[in-house]
Amino acid sequence: MAQSIATPGGLPADAPAIPTPQDPIPLRAVAPWAVFGGVLMLVLLYFVGAEQGATSVFSGAGVHEWVHDGRHLLGFPCH
Amino acid sequence: MRASGSSPASAVSPAPAPTAVTDASTVRTLLVHGMIAGLLAGLCAFLPAYAAGEPPVRDSIALEETRSAASAHEPSAHEPSAHEPSAHGAAAPEQKEEEAEEELVSRPVQSTFGLATGVLVYGVAVGGIASLVFAVSLGRTGRFRPRTTAALVAGAAFTTVCLVPFLKYPATPPAVGNPDTIGKRTALFFLMIALSVLLAVIAVIVGRRLAPRLGNWSASVVAGGGYVLAVVVACLVLPANSDAVAADFPAALLWEFRLASLGVQALLWTAFGLIFGALAERALAERAPAERAAAPSGDVVRPAP
Repeated sequence: MAQSIATPGGLPADAPAIPTPQDPIPLRAVAPWAVFGGVLMLVLLYFVGAEQGATSVFSGAGVHEWVHDGRHLLGFPCH
Repeated sequence: MRASGSSPASAVSPAPAPTAVTDASTVRTLLVHGMIAGLLAGLCAFLPAYAAGEPPVRDSIALEETRSAASAHEPSAHEPSAHEPSAHGAAAPEQKEEEAEEELVSRPVQSTFGLATGVLVYGVAVGGIASLVFAVSLGRTGRFRPRTTAALVAGAAFTTVCLVPFLKYPATPPAVGNPDTIGKRTALFFLMIALSVLLAVIAVIVGRRLAPRLGNWSASVVAGGGYVLAVVVACLVLPANSDAVAADFPAALLWEFRLASLGVQALLWTAFGLIFGALAERALAERAPAERAAAPSGDVVRPAP
């Protein structure tokens, strides 16, 4: 980047305050985070959206009742 | 398709940045930023959700109360004001044992802290997932800069995860559903989301494959049209939620609730797209811009399918 590639606009490329279109991030770099983050996020979504509705990890209705209004307004089937 | 700056690909010496910023740490940063942006988007959506969404929820619950009072239940024997937010609140912990199921969380808490928890956790979760989708989409869906990619991902996420499932299985206010069918309705709702997302992914891949032949515009139109068509077919094939809304539920109240529900989602995703776009743009500024020769087909989905 420090090579000062002349961009079409004539600006030096070593002032990349505005990022240009980027190369793809290699999938093997995304994969571990996609698995880790994806699972974690889906667990969160499950507890907001479905726990103690159709299925229950914990017995009772505390989770269901606590997020009740959010569940309705976010579109999840609640009860 | 703009093959801008394609020639000087050889003149790169990416010495300073890419050594410090590995791809894996870029993805981690994007994930964290996505969760933060989702949290902030949830904050943006909370007040409107409270202002626009709680009145219809309250009215629906009031309707539910009247109805269960009218049917065999005799609520006045237990606790006359069990569900009137104005009347109790502080009295909630002193509920009798048999009331515990209904009054685990009082209405004032449900409508404030409960709603906030739901919206914020939802924001964090979908923000994190969307940031991972962004990490895959960046540079693969066209030569867009990060914030444009973020806006496109947010728009696509809102459409596929919220809008399309909403059209088939719209949000329902309290007192509407038949509790016996919650399992079926939940399964269908998540099936619709999964189907919609799957079809959208296929549409994007097909669109990128078609782009070299048809050009970006026509390829996008064809892919988008194919997605719409496939979704319509899916909606026709999947069973209806015939028991989701009671026949005598007030239409105006249902409309008010559903408009609020869709508005909250639209607001949340708009805020997420803008906030995450700004964060991602900054995070990726240290990453080397596209410096491989931007060949005319350099923006297809995969280099080697």
